[in-house]
This record gives sequence, structure tokens and C-alpha cells, in this order.
Amino acid sequence: MSAQATPVGGKLLTPTMKGLLILVGIAAVLLLWRFAAGLGAVTNLSDGYPWGLWIAFDVVTGTALGCGGYAIALLVYAFNKGKYHPLVRSALLASALGYTLGAIGVLIDVGRVWWTWKLPLFFWTWNLSSIQLEVALCIMLYTFVLWIELSPAFLEQWAKGPESFLKRFAAAATPKIMRAMPWLIALGMLLPTMHQSSLGNMILLAGPKLHPLWYTTWIPFLFLVSCVGMGYGVTIMETMVSRTVYKRPGETRVLAGLGDAMVVVLLAYVLIRVGDTIWQGKLDYVLAFDVFSILFLLEVLLHLVPAFMLMNKAKRTDRTYLFRASLMIVFGGALYRFSAYWFAFQPGDHWSYFPAIPEILITVGLVAFEIAAYITIIKRFPILTGAPPATAKA
Amino acid sequence: MNISRRGALKVAALGAAAATGVRKAEARERLVPPEDATGMLYDATLCIGCKACVVACREANELSLERESTLYDDAIDLSGHTANIIKLHNGDEGYAFVKQQCMHCVDPACASACMMGSFQKRDNGIVTWVPDKCIGCRYCQIACPFEIPKFEWDSPLPRMVKCQMCLAKAGSTDPGQLQDGKEPACCEVCPREAVIYGDYDDLKQEAQARLDANPDRYNPRVYGLDDMGGTQVLYLAPAGVEYSDLGLPEYGPDSVSHIPVGLQHKIYKGFVAPVALYAVLAGLTWRSRRQEDAQAGQEVES
Repeated sequence: MSAQATPVGGKLLTPTMKGLLILVGIAAVLLLWRFAAGLGAVTNLSDGYPWGLWIAFDVVTGTALGCGGYAIALLVYAFNKGKYHPLVRSALLASALGYTLGAIGVLIDVGRVWWTWKLPLFFWTWNLSSIQLEVALCIMLYTFVLWIELSPAFLEQWAKGPESFLKRFAAAATPKIMRAMPWLIALGMLLPTMHQSSLGNMILLAGPKLHPLWYTTWIPFLFLVSCVGMGYGVTIMETMVSRTVYKRPGETRVLAGLGDAMVVVLLAYVLIRVGDTIWQGKLDYVLAFDVFSILFLLEVLLHLVPAFMLMNKAKRTDRTYLFRASLMIVFGGALYRFSAYWFAFQPGDHWSYFPAIPEILITVGLVAFEIAAYITIIKRFPILTGAPPATAKA
Repeated sequence: MNISRRGALKVAALGAAAATGVRKAEARERLVPPEDATGMLYDATLCIGCKACVVACREANELSLERESTLYDDAIDLSGHTANIIKLHNGDEGYAFVKQQCMHCVDPACASACMMGSFQKRDNGIVTWVPDKCIGCRYCQIACPFEIPKFEWDSPLPRMVKCQMCLAKAGSTDPGQLQDGKEPACCEVCPREAVIYGDYDDLKQEAQARLDANPDRYNPRVYGLDDMGGTQVLYLAPAGVEYSDLGLPEYGPDSVSHIPVGLQHKIYKGFVAPVALYAVLAGLTWRSRRQEDAQAGQEVES
């Protein structure tokens, strides 16, 4: 087994890939309709629920699912745990794709997309009180940072290839990027700290429309720690699945080691979430056993149970056990975001929202696109470690 | 190991510092209306529900009918086609009409939300929308506690439509009739002067004078003096009718922006925290990479 990352290789147009491309195609057709006829034609969004599935899932949850690169980088660089280095590249790829998905999701969702180019450029019109401005600029910048952080994977591959423009480009760009890398890595830890916390604060502007159980000034902290937890969870799941599918037997022990960090963030989340709720005198809402109290309890359980599961250092090296715990964290974090941005957002009884079928199919198409891109890139570029020695040399 | 633990402590300390900031951040100075603020006063005891203002608003703002095929203007709520509406509350304690349009908040949530300042308080504190800065993200709709800005869902080129007190036509920057020296269209046509336009301070006094003159006729409170940080549209309701029944909830004196924007400003004050955090992270990264290089070097030697 090698610590060196290598391309997986193999045919690209597999039946799985064809299936994914069909889903992407359906979404593409629906998108033409969306841009020709307006948002009302393909979505169930309304003046009461101006944000729906696309913001709650594609953007708010999608970018949190893309926090693997951030979470692993914190461990490797801020906390100096070099043993997790082999996970960095695949985590970065999933993150770059997750954030790209979020960015595409925004471009589909905004009504007046033709002015979006002004946002990063017209700094003199920036409203510095707008929390969303910070989120938008940070996400834009971080998406670029992620692809540059990942770029050595592409450059290495191009440098090995036959003489071409790409090979010359790789030779010229690699030293420059390597010199800038420490600064980029630090930026790659700063930006998510900023926008993932602001993503929580952002929804507080809904004020009285947000259910009291989610309205707390601790929300920036909660969004931040939970995105780190989700980052580890996603990285574990992604690593396990890709290694199983592409036969790269990995060290489950290394993945299980992430359990320590996960226990810390999960317990921090539960402590603040529950403590703050009690401190603010909101227990009545928890004990109401209505839909909101159930959402809250489920959310806390989905953080607490995996925390206890991962405290068991012997059991957590079991693949199924570790996978289940990770899945719970991802679901818990996603539920928290869906609640804050959708379920617990109450514009009033005369409004209701459930996504329309085209709306759902567009999100499905985006996810299919992300998976297709992931498969293509790991097959052609050195992302995954752990190749058997024979292929590692090739 | 020791060094790494110290690094961890540093990050933890920074997190704790940020968190303490969070606890104390809940204060942002209360905003006040501009000196030359104007506004509207709607007196529900005078309104007879004729809806002349609804029609006049539509004409003045060049907004299309809710449904093109109907015989008369049958809008039932504010929408991308309707910036002003008369609704009826019919309860046990009495009935009242209520006029709904933008409240022109002293501290508008839409303006706090808006990334490029498309929504802003402009002349006389009137809140307007500028099309060429709006990307249609609809965060203003999430934020507005009165659910006023409306989006044109049926258009591929949608605008945000709301009352701009006729300073500009709804959904555009074309000058409205206020700029011709007239009153807003709704105030101009109202046959009972149930809604009047004027200097904000004068309107406050007028509202109080009406309450003092006929205390039995009115709900003893003027809505909008303090609600949601104050609104430049003020309301009077009949005795026995609660404002919340008229779609004007009891929100208290703090605007929705008060807490989150205060929190954000506190965390990002002078941009010191992000710069400091970046410096720490860059330092930690540098150290970690140097150790890695050293280890790699050792492995090669051995």
C-alpha cells in the first residue's frame, strides 16, 4: 500500500455514469425552462417562502457537506496531526465540488442572475451591514481557494503526460502554487470559519419568523462546530465508499482516529445547543412535543448518539459502526440547517411550502453532476491514496 | 506534541474570545428617522374600504392587474402586481379596514439584508429599491417582518415590487408623483382622508391629538412610534381592535436587524478578528509544514 495518491483509472462511461448523466440532462432541460419562464414556473417558492430546497439544501447544507477539506485541514495544519495528511486530497476534492454545487445553486436560485457579476467587483456599493454579503463573498473566494489547493493533483498528472500546453503550464505553475500554498491553506481555514458561522447568523434576520428554538445568538458558533462535525463525517463516508468501490483498502484506524476530534465538536454542539436553550428559558418549547420540539430533539440526538458511539475507541474501528456514526452526524447537521432555513421558518399560517417536482429534479441533477465529476476526477487524477504497489508505480 | 497542544489552546482561546463577544454583542444603537422624514398616517376609524387607493396606486405605479381577464381589480393581497391593499378585519369586538403597504421602517430590515444596497433609505427616509444593484436573492423578503417586498415569480426578468411612497414608481427608479410636488397617489385620492401624507413629526402630533380628542373612539396606542424600531407609516385603530388583528404584530421596540447585525459588527469590528485569526492560522500552517518537511528529510536520510 502506498501513501502516494494515484489515479484510479478505468473506463469513464460506465452504466453508473450514464445514469448520472441522464439525471444531469433532465435538470439541464428544466433549467432552460426556469430561465425562460421565471422561478414561479418550476418552483413552489412564494413571497412567504422566498427560499426553499435550493437554498436549504444546495447552498446551506451543500457547503457544510463541503467542509471536509476545512475540517481535515484544521486537524493537519492548525492542530499539527500529520497522520491525517493522506485524507487531505480526497477531502479537498469533495469540498471543491460541494462548494461549486453551492455556487451553482445560488446562480440558479437568484432571480436577477445577470447582475451577479457586480457583486465581487462593485466594492463601493457593498453594504457592510449585510451578513449575506460576507457569506457570498467568502463562499466565492473559498470556492476558488479550494480548486487552487487541489490543483497540485491536476498539475502532477499533466506534468507526467506527453508534451502539450498543459504540461508546459504545469511546469510553469507548480513552483508558484507551491510557494503560495501555506498562505492558501491558512486562507482555506479562515474563510470557512467566517462564512459558515455567518451562515448561521444570517438567518437571524428573519427575526420573529424564525422559531425561538432556532433563534439564538449562539447560532454562529453552532453552525461553525456542526459544519466541522459534518466535514469529518462526510470525509469518513466518502473515503470508505470510494475505497470500497475502487478497491483501495484503507486504514480504517486512521479514519477512526478522527473520532476524537468528532467527539469534541459534537459535545461542544450539544452542550451549547441544550445549555443555551435551558438558559434562555426555552424548555417549554422543547417539552411541547409539537413538530418543532421533535425536530429539536431529533437534532440533538443525532449529535449526541454519535458522540457516545465514537467515544468507544474499540468499537469505532469497525467499518459499519464508524459509517453509521458518521451518517448520523451528517444527517444531524443537515437537519439543523434544514430546520433553520426551512422547517422552523414560519412566515405565517397562510403560507405553505413543499418543493415542486422540477425543483427537486434540478437539485437531484446537481448532485448527480457532483458525483459524476468526482468519479471522473478520481479516475483520471491522483486523488486517492492506498493503491496496491503494482498500480502505484504505473 | 507539546507544541501542537499549545496551538490547540491558542485556537480554543480565540474561539472562547469570539464566543464571549457573542454574548455581549446584543446591543446596536437604536436608529432615528432623518430630520426631514416624511410619512403616512392611516386612521382605520375613517377608512370606509372603498379601495380607491388600491386603484390609484396601481395606476401611479404602472402595475398590471392581478388577473388580466377580470372585470374589476380583485387583488386580495400584496404581490408583484400590487403594492397597496385594503383588507378587512371582522371580529367579535368590532371590525376595521386596514391599509397595507411598505411601513418605511426607521431601521429597515430589507436595507440591512441587501448585499449591494439596492434597498436604502433615501429622500425623507423613504425606503426604495434600485434595480441595477439587485441580484434577486430575496434575502429582503426573508428579513422584512411585515412581508412587504414582493417578487415577480411569473417573470424571467423579475423585479422587487413595493410601495416607494411615490418617490419612485414601484419596481423602478422612474420618478413617482411625489417628485411632481404631489402627494402619494393613495393619500391624494382618499375621499375620507383616512390616509394622509406629511412631515413625520407632524403626523406623530396629529395622531396623538386625535387620540386625545376622542379617547373612546380609538385603541389608545399609535402603531409605529416604536414598533420594530419605529416605522414612518403610523396607524390608528378603532377602540377594541388589536393591532395584531390588523396584521400589525406586537413586535416590541427592537428592529430585526438589531441583534444579528449588532452581532456581526461586533465579531468583525475593524476586521481585527479575521486578520488575527489569519495570522495565527498562517503561523500554525508554516510550523506544521516545516515539521513535515523535516520528517520527510529524515526518512530520506534513513
